[in-house]
Amino acid sequence: MSALTGHPSRREARGILPWLAAPALVVFVGFAVVPLVGVFALSFTTWDGIGAIRLSGLTSWRKVLTNPGLPHALWVTFLVMAVSWAVQTPLSILLGTFLAGRQRYRAVLGVVYFIPLMLSSAAIAIAYKALLDPNFGLGAGLNIHALSQDWLGRPGLAFGVVVFVVSWQFIPFHSLIYQGGVQQIPQSLYEAAQLDGAGRIRQFFSITLPQLKYTVITSSTLMVVGSLTFFDLIFVLTEGGPGDATRVLALDMYKRGFQASLMGPASAIAVILVLLGLSLALLLRRLGGGDAGASQLEGA
Amino acid sequence: MTTTLTEPRRPQKATQRERQRHPRRSAHRPNWAGSLAGWLWLAVVAIPLYWALITSLKARSRYYASNPLVPTSDPTLDNYRMVIESDFVRYFVNSVVVTAGAVVPAVVFSFMAAYAIVRGWRMRVLRAVNGLFLMGLAIPLQATVIPVYLIIIKLRLYDSLLALILPSIAFAIPLSVLVLSNFIRDVPKELFDSMRVDGATEWTTLWRLAAPLTRPAIVTVSIFNALTIWNGFLLPLILTQSPERRTLPLALWTFQGQYGVNVPAVLAAVVLTTLPVLVLYAFGRRQLLSGLTAGFSR
Repeated sequence: MSALTGHPSRREARGILPWLAAPALVVFVGFAVVPLVGVFALSFTTWDGIGAIRLSGLTSWRKVLTNPGLPHALWVTFLVMAVSWAVQTPLSILLGTFLAGRQRYRAVLGVVYFIPLMLSSAAIAIAYKALLDPNFGLGAGLNIHALSQDWLGRPGLAFGVVVFVVSWQFIPFHSLIYQGGVQQIPQSLYEAAQLDGAGRIRQFFSITLPQLKYTVITSSTLMVVGSLTFFDLIFVLTEGGPGDATRVLALDMYKRGFQASLMGPASAIAVILVLLGLSLALLLRRLGGGDAGASQLEGA
Repeated sequence: MTTTLTEPRRPQKATQRERQRHPRRSAHRPNWAGSLAGWLWLAVVAIPLYWALITSLKARSRYYASNPLVPTSDPTLDNYRMVIESDFVRYFVNSVVVTAGAVVPAVVFSFMAAYAIVRGWRMRVLRAVNGLFLMGLAIPLQATVIPVYLIIIKLRLYDSLLALILPSIAFAIPLSVLVLSNFIRDVPKELFDSMRVDGATEWTTLWRLAAPLTRPAIVTVSIFNALTIWNGFLLPLILTQSPERRTLPLALWTFQGQYGVNVPAVLAAVVLTTLPVLVLYAFGRRQLLSGLTAGFSR
């Protein structure tokens, strides 16, 4: 309310500013904030998705928390998160450093690298499903036995396929972030290291990697929080199967809510998903420390 | 495409020559691990794409007998005809309507809000609004789909394209406001002051000064949102029902459910639905890529 002390005509002119924010605020509140509050509320109800919604206290929560499906879904979610992070991060750093070089052919390779970023998860999953088909896929056509396994029919293999396809889709994005990070490292650091006689590998570990600290945090936040929302890809690729080998939380929520018509328990899972995302984002932000990366981290 | 493929030789030679002249400058020393990873990754990305493309041109009867990595000698467009006859033109139009219908208001609203937040930073209300949008970035919005579904039913919008547009706008706002406000903040204060001296209102300043000066950011944000919404799958899956309302990703999924064993036809559908985006990519690659990382690598 400091505006009150300002010049009168200026105060009038500024009065319009909150109204400029109103349209965005109305849509965001209506279709994001209200649903966010609503999902908490719905977790205390019983609803089949069509009929009336009835308050039912902790029934849904009790159902969810006693169901062995929950720890399993949490475990699978964690595994997908951890393994895909461990696969993507070193490869993205390596490729980002490679792409940051000024040789022209690298830019040309970059054109191909980034194509997966343009494709929908549904399209990628469908293409891979066809490619991995044990009878009609690539492996069968080439008559290579090792490639013509029942990729999506065996739990361990299906999990590996999910991690591979996730990496195939998202490594380009993270390489892009690392490429930008590497290009911002002052050349003088390398020149100084050179004078001290540091070799290429030494330079990578004592200059490139430490300088990329904030980039690593940004990229990891996006990977980790983003992995909570791998819905499309896993849904189309495996539908959570075989059995429930790849049934991550987001899929668990969808299946209980929209397939089994148990919107109450599904909302409880959604609440867990929200809390998990929020706490992971905060945790990684704290790891980053300070304000330097704050605005970037909020990009999660 | 051919010119870009033949061009890179020259600069490469130049760097080799330079390398001989300055043997100790590491910037020009080969990075073996990086190059190896680079070429391997090229294969990992390119082989599935190449396989999908050549297979989509094979007749179904030939597909099973042929080597999957060798292009057919008599390519056919029959698979594509089959896809188009399965109503994909309608799905394409639906996707265009939803994408345009969501991106335009999302970017306009976000731009107005970003302007207000930057210019009115002293007002507590606007700082609170900004905080609310930032919170939206940390929360997986997919987790809110059940109440969104309920709201859409209550509004009697279920199974309409508007049902897809409204939540898409809401989900696009947080990141758009963040990126746009970062750019508006870079506009020199003197320009705003001189507009005010000339008696311009905030509304005119918004459109006459801030918008033209931040046009690259507006384009970037529009592209990012368009890609996200064009490729969206979850909202169409839960908020629509009838075949006439399908958007491309959902149509692709149902098409695969119907013709799953007809691999060439399924791949033709995949290629066809990604073609519009790939055409855009060919023309505006730089803008597309900067659009993707705008919020993160600044």
